[in-house]
Amino acid sequence: MFGFFRQQPRRTNSAQAAKERLQILLAHDRSDRARSDLLPLLQRDILEVVRRHMQVDSNAVEIKLERGDDMSSLEINIEVPDAQPRQAG
Amino acid sequence: MAKTIVVTSGKGGVGKTTSTAAIGAGLAKRGHKTVVIDFDVGLRNLDLIMGCERRVVFDLINVIQGDAKLKQALVKDRRLDTLSVLPTSQTRDKDALTLEGVEKVLGELKEEFDYIICDSPAGIERGAHLAMYFADEAVVVTNPEVSSVRDSDRVLGLLNSKTRRAEKGDGEGVKAHLLLTRYDTDRVTRGEMMPIEDVLEILAIPLLGIIPESPTVLRASNVGMPVTMDEASNAGKAYEDAVSRLIGEQLEMRIQPEERPGFLRRFLGRRA
Ligand SMILES: Nc1ncnc2c1ncn2[C@@H]1O[C@H](COP(=O)(O)OP(=O)(O)OP(=O)(O)O)[C@@H](O)[C@H]1O
Ligand SMILES: [Mg+2]
Repeated sequence: MFGFFRQQPRRTNSAQAAKERLQILLAHDRSDRARSDLLPLLQRDILEVVRRHMQVDSNAVEIKLERGDDMSSLEINIEVPDAQPRQAG
Repeated sequence: MAKTIVVTSGKGGVGKTTSTAAIGAGLAKRGHKTVVIDFDVGLRNLDLIMGCERRVVFDLINVIQGDAKLKQALVKDRRLDTLSVLPTSQTRDKDALTLEGVEKVLGELKEEFDYIICDSPAGIERGAHLAMYFADEAVVVTNPEVSSVRDSDRVLGLLNSKTRRAEKGDGEGVKAHLLLTRYDTDRVTRGEMMPIEDVLEILAIPLLGIIPESPTVLRASNVGMPVTMDEASNAGKAYEDAVSRLIGEQLEMRIQPEERPGFLRRFLGRRA
């Protein structure tokens, strides 16, 4: 019934792309996760754990996020210095 | 030497974010390392117009507050490797921006980029003030109608008084350019819209470009593509001319016609 009012029910037009992008984005915006400072806190905690075992610079952490419709991926890269034997002490 | 350029207007909805994205992509296409920064704290939109919204991790406020490094907050464009986006926070308010914080971030960006384009929020409050404060140049986005021209005049006054360059008072003020957007030749011909000469006479700053009212702007925003990445768009061509002038090329001023719907439909059909 609503189809009648649609000018061109083309699936690949840009307005359709806009709707899909917004649906994904708003789902994330509205979730509690987006509102908290999740990522800075996560980064801090991960660094803390890693630092217990090796020396890393806070500049050497790279966090990548890709939001998807039913799954998002979080990628954390930590550049670690070449393995060095621990100083006995 | 890196250049910091603010895209500002006073009045809302005149095309600042569209212009920031278009100019940023236009500069990057020419090989200049360019970063576009969203200063509209709480109403983040530049990431959407640039099409990188799904990859935003940290933002300007996280960097200013020391919760993330600048490098982590920059989102690299996937189409142009000379282009990056520094998004702003969607949840904080303008008070999270500090003069010192902004200065530090811009200072760091200057070491890595040739052009830093700051997308100002509407209004003349804190966010707009901080977006323009450290600028070397300004693109004043204006629509050919009375309230937009009036607000642009107000903003020009602020650029001449409330910026670091103005406060130094050594004559090297912020260089302001007028960008006339949403220009509709038919409506000007019918006497409904102010002609270019009238706007120029009132504001008395050099004209950077005339961007026609164009349906390709909406389409580009739908898919998250700066309009200068769309070769077939007349608004894109007009922005390309503006970018050339911004980097100092001498170019004759021309008005791109509005796109005819027939042409647009054919183009869309081909794409689909
Ligand atoms: N040349 C143009 N032709 C047609 N529509 C345009 C043009 N320029 C901008 N628009 C439309 O005008 C609206 C406002 O544009 P934009 O978001 O760039 O303005 P803004 O100045 O950044 O707004 P705000 O003050 O809210 O930040 C958008 O819907 C955009 O698609
Ligand atoms: Mg805007």
